[in-house]
Amino acid sequence: MGWSIYTDALTEGIELLASGAVDVWVIIRVSMAVSGTAALIALGVGVPLGVWRGIRRFAGRRIGLLVANTGMGLPPVAVGLIVAMGLSRRGPFGELSMLYTRDAMVVAQVLIALPLVVAFTAASVAAVPRQLRLQARALGASRFHEVLLVLKEARVGVAAAVAAGFGAIISEVGAVQMVGGNIAGDTRVMTTAIVQFTRMGRYGQALSLAMMLLGMIAIVNAVLVIGQTSAERYEGHR
Amino acid sequence: MGRVRFTLVSKLSILLLVVLMAVVLLGCSDATMEADVGSEAPEIESPEVEQTEIILASTTSTQDSGLFDVLIPAFHEAYPEYIAKVVAVGTGEALTMGENKDADVLLVHAKSSEGEFVADGFGIERKDVMYNDFVVVGPDGDSAEAGSAATAAEALKAIMDNGGTFYSRGDDSGTNKKELFLWATAGVETPEGDWYLATGQGMGDTLKIASEKQGYTLTDRATFLNLLDALDIGVVYEGSDDLFNQYGVIVVTDATNMEGAQAFSDWITSAEGQAVIVDYGVDTFGEPLFVPNAK
Repeated sequence: MGWSIYTDALTEGIELLASGAVDVWVIIRVSMAVSGTAALIALGVGVPLGVWRGIRRFAGRRIGLLVANTGMGLPPVAVGLIVAMGLSRRGPFGELSMLYTRDAMVVAQVLIALPLVVAFTAASVAAVPRQLRLQARALGASRFHEVLLVLKEARVGVAAAVAAGFGAIISEVGAVQMVGGNIAGDTRVMTTAIVQFTRMGRYGQALSLAMMLLGMIAIVNAVLVIGQTSAERYEGHR
Repeated sequence: MGRVRFTLVSKLSILLLVVLMAVVLLGCSDATMEADVGSEAPEIESPEVEQTEIILASTTSTQDSGLFDVLIPAFHEAYPEYIAKVVAVGTGEALTMGENKDADVLLVHAKSSEGEFVADGFGIERKDVMYNDFVVVGPDGDSAEAGSAATAAEALKAIMDNGGTFYSRGDDSGTNKKELFLWATAGVETPEGDWYLATGQGMGDTLKIASEKQGYTLTDRATFLNLLDALDIGVVYEGSDDLFNQYGVIVVTDATNMEGAQAFSDWITSAEGQAVIVDYGVDTFGEPLFVPNAK
């Protein structure tokens, strides 16, 4: 009893990872594949939306900001529920037979990550001085080049946007459980496996996955910090 | 001017990101348990008696059956001094909760593991409470012809042989143990392959998955009847002797609330508690979901 509950589980967890136990690494691979795909899609859709929202002065801009910022607080379980109902055999998209597949998980995760990517991108793009863009246009830059310049200036913020999205979805449990179903070797990801192994009283397996999850979040944060500090150096030399 | 504001905002957004991730992480560790603590706790206040809490660890399938919604209020009426809080987990974790003294009393259904639990000194005594039965459910038309088998074990074998897909709980639960026992009886020591998928979830979720994917699964009748309206699968095999599901109550050794745990164990096996069990489900389903059999 006492602290041995951690030390025992930790020893078992490290042994499991080191031994290359197949199911643990399969779970990690599925997590990376699903959340990676979702983050890429959210990047592809969310960054253009964010740039547009951040640069353009249009009617209802504040409403747009409000919507995206509310989206940042969108409860993933609510997203999971709505996607699960839509994809159910009795739902409007039941014909697709998509519920309890990896594709369904990607759909839910894109919806969770998208508002984050849009809001972070818009905030960093809006922070790029307007004079810079006007000057670039005056010097003959096209609209396209203007956007590229703004994105280059705001790259740390955009990277933060993607990292925030990825961090949110890879550590999310409720939605993927509802739309993925935690099927072994198929839709079982790190978070749902942790819930399951805990439920089964297998703390070692649960902790080994929790450690990997923490490690991934740490890596994402490290990349961000490096990006930020190198950007500061670059700006400092100017 | 503008430049300074830019770095400030991007720093702020990084800070926000870190805070956000911290929140996400903390939120996760909270959500991980997913156990439904206290939803069954009755709200009745009786100021003249001092109330203490009992943690009752039980299984997700028992909770999904809806039995606690009538059982817990009835117990509170008989013993106003105790508030029973139900934590619904798998049988595996329920037993671990008992070993760790995180629960005072267990109501589970995996007789061999329960015997071991008491023999190892983690529980004081185990008493029979009630039973229900398992049924094999699958798609309309029963394409794998499980229905014509002589025993439940043969029904499962038919699903394997005739191209059906089987969804296993795969979570060490009482139902999962029962299912693995049936496979072993059918001569399949470790079922595996494309046709055998483990959900690792509770009975309700596994039923929904089997329904969506038009596959087969083994379920307790109570959970199945409760979810009937949300499912597109039906009973394909039932009634054989190997589909019997016995529930037991165990008082945890040196439990935090020993008296309360003992009171619950005594009450649920008393005539009063057994009457609540036999009445449950008759209104809704026309038949009791559980058959009380305490001695």
